[in-house]
Amino acid sequence: MNFLTACNLGKRYGEGPSAVEAVRGVDLSVGRGEFVAVMGPSGSGKSTLLAMLGALSTPSGGSYTVDGADIGALDSEQRADFRRDTLGFVFQSFHLLPALTLLENVMLPLSVVSGNRADKTARARAALERVGLADKGGRLPGEVSGGEAERAAVARAIVNRPPLLLADEPTGNLDSSTGRHVMELLAGLSRDGVTVVMVTHSSECARYAHRILHMCDGLIAREEQVQPRFDAIPAPETVLAAAC
Amino acid sequence: MTLTDITLLNLRRRKARAAFVLAALAIGVAAVVALVSLFRSMSQGIQHGMEKYGANIMVVPRTDTLPLTYAGMDLGGVSFRVEEIRQEDVDRIRTIPSAKDLAVVGPLLLGSVDAGGTPAVLAGFDLTTAEVLKPWWRVEGRLPGSTEVMLGAVAARLLNVAPGDRLRIGDSSYPVTGTLAETGSQDDNLVISSLETARAILGRPGAVSMVEVAAHCAACPIEAIMAEIERVLPTARVTAIKQVVASRMAALEQFEGFLMGVSGILLFVGSLIVFVTVTASVRERTAEIGVFRAIGFRRSAIMGVILGEAAIISALAGVAGYAVGLGGARLLAPLFQGGAQAAWEFDPVLPLAAVTLSVALGLLASLVPAIQASRLDPTMALRTL
Repeated sequence: MNFLTACNLGKRYGEGPSAVEAVRGVDLSVGRGEFVAVMGPSGSGKSTLLAMLGALSTPSGGSYTVDGADIGALDSEQRADFRRDTLGFVFQSFHLLPALTLLENVMLPLSVVSGNRADKTARARAALERVGLADKGGRLPGEVSGGEAERAAVARAIVNRPPLLLADEPTGNLDSSTGRHVMELLAGLSRDGVTVVMVTHSSECARYAHRILHMCDGLIAREEQVQPRFDAIPAPETVLAAAC
Repeated sequence: MTLTDITLLNLRRRKARAAFVLAALAIGVAAVVALVSLFRSMSQGIQHGMEKYGANIMVVPRTDTLPLTYAGMDLGGVSFRVEEIRQEDVDRIRTIPSAKDLAVVGPLLLGSVDAGGTPAVLAGFDLTTAEVLKPWWRVEGRLPGSTEVMLGAVAARLLNVAPGDRLRIGDSSYPVTGTLAETGSQDDNLVISSLETARAILGRPGAVSMVEVAAHCAACPIEAIMAEIERVLPTARVTAIKQVVASRMAALEQFEGFLMGVSGILLFVGSLIVFVTVTASVRERTAEIGVFRAIGFRRSAIMGVILGEAAIISALAGVAGYAVGLGGARLLAPLFQGGAQAAWEFDPVLPLAAVTLSVALGLLASLVPAIQASRLDPTMALRTL
């Protein structure tokens, strides 16, 4: 069963002859719990595709559904609700707010959901524990390493227990050892049933995914089925654009 | 973590900017509070000071008279159906519904007499009311008692009489107890006695020529009091002496217009500073807003954070502005009132209005930046990081 389906998804910037087509008719299906890596050179349209999958950017054409819901039909506020309830974002530059502690940063997504303060704090602490930062919640982002900051960003992304996690170059600013740690974290989330779509330049990181999509000039030029690193965990069923 | 927590954290994080916005608004509000307080104090001062002008209502017998005066020259007159005021009428004035607003009711009897061989006007006053009704009198000697007289400055000079002398009126002689320093009014020409003495000399027991009334309260409408007196004295004509007060109030109204203009400019400048500062703050926080949008904040939540900060700062500015403005007004009041004692009454509406005005201006000035923040494209916002 596909969790995420994109049909002929496109994004054009500008109008007329000067218009730039960043993404040109991408077909994509991702199963629940699947870990997909998107690779490609700079300007190939990976980040634009990720922004559309995250409902941050409105497609110029095509359709996109998540768990059966037509995301293209949602208005701005409904897309915000979709991001709040369904998505977790991990950014390359962490995007942690410097004046907030790691715990407060992780609690940010909970500030727009109902629930009492104690419950929210417990959830944020659990997310920090999940990424191995249980004892660092009181630190400011400037007081921890890049790897710890990225793991805190992952904790913020999963604190709402979203079924879909989008990551944009999550190891781009990390050394290889720290990057490996973060990738194992994402792979672990995938094993727990979270669907992960990750944009990366690193083929080493991409090997943690079940499948790699190679983008070029706004199109998926090639797909590659990868033997997961975690052999004990069977890869979820994947359907390669069969729905379109 | 709630939206309120985020708002408070942002304020703590940007103390200098918050203080700048607070100061801009507080100065505007303080100016308005100070100017409004000064204006009110001055108005109340004038109202309370009305007693300094003496009587402000005159009650005279209703007559049909052709006035035969020109340029101060009295050529006589023709009167028809002259009604008379009696002492009982004076007592009825004290029974009107607004009697509590009547500070003094002073009957006066006028008549012509032969004073030492010279015709003169004898005025009999209820001298117990002189302090209020004739505050400009400066007596050399003392006020006359029973069967005694006092003279105005011109009358004393013409009759060549000084305190301690005796003045012959008709067939009797009366001790002169004092003379008035020159007032520049018709009082200078009078022979003055108590009401009862005048009635005895003129042979008109219980008669009253006119009644002077001093009505002074902060807000009593003089016209209403006049109407009430006319109802109890239908044979009398009631007039108000309000030119002086009216001219001062007119000047005050012009001053009020000026104050409102200055206040408006200060508030506009304050709002402009808030607008510019909040706009700059939103621009500075573009990336942060992008993160908020990415993790599912609705536009209304983004606006709530921005406007929440503005509301808190504005409310504090309102409180600070009220305190500073009131203090400033009290310091400045002597400059505007010539050292006179200012009239201050606590008005609970003013602090409420100051805070409400401040919050309204703060929110209004922050509305456009808040809307801009809520409409930021999250993908563009995140690229700024």
